[in-house]
Amino acid sequence: MKFIDIKNCYKVYKNGVTAIADLSLSIEKGEFVFVTGASGCGKSTLVKLLYREEKPTKGQVMVGGINVAKLYNSRVYKLRRKLGIVFQDFKLLPKLTVYENVAFGLENLGLKSNIIKSRVIKALDRVGLKEKTRSFPNELSGGEQQRVCIARAIVNEPKLLICDEPTGNLDPKTSKEIIKVINSINKDMGTTVVMVTHDKDIVNSMKKRVITLENGVLTSDSKKGGYTADESHKNI
Amino acid sequence: MKAIRIFSRNIANAVKSIFRNFSLSIASIICTTITLVIVSLAIIFSANVNNFTHDIENTLTIIAFIDKTATEDDINSIRSKILAIKNVKGDELIYKDKETIKEETMKNTEESSSLYSIMESWTEETNPLESEFIISVKNVEDLGKTAETLKNIDKVSNVKYSEDVVDNMIPLFNVVEKVTIVIIIGLIVVTTFLICNTIKLTIFARKNEIEIMRLVGTSNFTIKLPFVIEGLFLGMIGSLIPILATIWGYIFAFDKLEGHLFTNYIRMITPIPFVFYTSIALLIIGSLVGMFGSYITVRKYLKI
Repeated sequence: MKFIDIKNCYKVYKNGVTAIADLSLSIEKGEFVFVTGASGCGKSTLVKLLYREEKPTKGQVMVGGINVAKLYNSRVYKLRRKLGIVFQDFKLLPKLTVYENVAFGLENLGLKSNIIKSRVIKALDRVGLKEKTRSFPNELSGGEQQRVCIARAIVNEPKLLICDEPTGNLDPKTSKEIIKVINSINKDMGTTVVMVTHDKDIVNSMKKRVITLENGVLTSDSKKGGYTADESHKNI
Repeated sequence: MKAIRIFSRNIANAVKSIFRNFSLSIASIICTTITLVIVSLAIIFSANVNNFTHDIENTLTIIAFIDKTATEDDINSIRSKILAIKNVKGDELIYKDKETIKEETMKNTEESSSLYSIMESWTEETNPLESEFIISVKNVEDLGKTAETLKNIDKVSNVKYSEDVVDNMIPLFNVVEKVTIVIIIGLIVVTTFLICNTIKLTIFARKNEIEIMRLVGTSNFTIKLPFVIEGLFLGMIGSLIPILATIWGYIFAFDKLEGHLFTNYIRMITPIPFVFYTSIALLIIGSLVGMFGSYITVRKYLKI
């Protein structure tokens, strides 16, 4: 069953840059997919289309039965409630505790306090941070902050977990731990995972589906895994 | 229940947020306080000018003197013609015949004076005074026109009113009143602008929070709610000092000046309940401006 269905999608920015060109792909429910490619190849634009931070210029983007292209700004929250998003820069609120950061989204859904508490504790337990509920983000290591970010993303039990370079700021050992957590979420909860990454080692070790983009065009879609992106022209 | 939970959580979050962003909250409160003190002064000034103008307006009357040859029928006819004029307050129309006027004047004159003895010597036939109608009007600005109409009534020998006050003072007070209203509205606009700017700083400092709220699937309404409640609280807190200053300051000034400003003619408005109405106005202005300022600022960050 297709959870994401993209057909002949184009994204051209106002400055004339074509970030995505004639992209068609589908992702099944429960799949784990890596999106790779050199910087500026359109990876981040692709995930932004999935969580409707950007609208496609042309074509169709269906996520969990919602047509993203036709979604009004005031209705975007309905899509976002089905998703969990993990960022490279964590995007945690420094003045809130770990517990408050994870509970942040749920509180605005009007759930009862005891339900929020049990869900937050469950999510923090899954990422191994049950003991740090009262800590503030600046008291945590980079890996721990990213795990809080994952807990916040999964606390609402989303159908899709979007990870935009979640290990970009982390050392190799911590990166592996983070990937392990995300992989377990995919396996145990059946959550579809779309992960943008540059990390060859992680991609090669996971043997998951790998989508490679080049100048906004899909150049490779390997079901067997393996890092195929040519990053020889990557801007450093 | 769900809506109540969201609302009560947002109230709690708004209070927390005021303390967590303490310096910016203080900036908003001070900004509101300063401008509301000025608004309060403008309201007090405007209300007192208005009160003074009404006081003067209420004392303004027209006196229509009746010809000595007028009979009882003529007087009744004049009365009905006066009552037919639209601007005349019918229930306040007073008629005084010449004997009553003589008696009233004698009451106010010392018995030893020559005027008293002269008046005393007048009989009903020799009394040289003229009977009169004292006329109050509904609209003081049309006093002149009403006087002209009265002059044209048969057997009305003369008409008198305070032309100077009507022609000079009343238009002046009307201008002063209008100018102060414009100043109050201007101050409210300036307050809104200042509070908007301060709240803009607060919200700019918290744009990450708004971004994360959007990312975790919070609806635009729910994102706006805590900021609007926070704006309401900041406005209410900001209006506390101006309210206390108004209540204490006005009562103090009223007592010190013994209820009169500059001369005995200018009476100040009695403090109670005036200061309470002004306080309620300040509270409402502060709250609404705080809420409105927050609302329009947060909208900019929501891509609505």
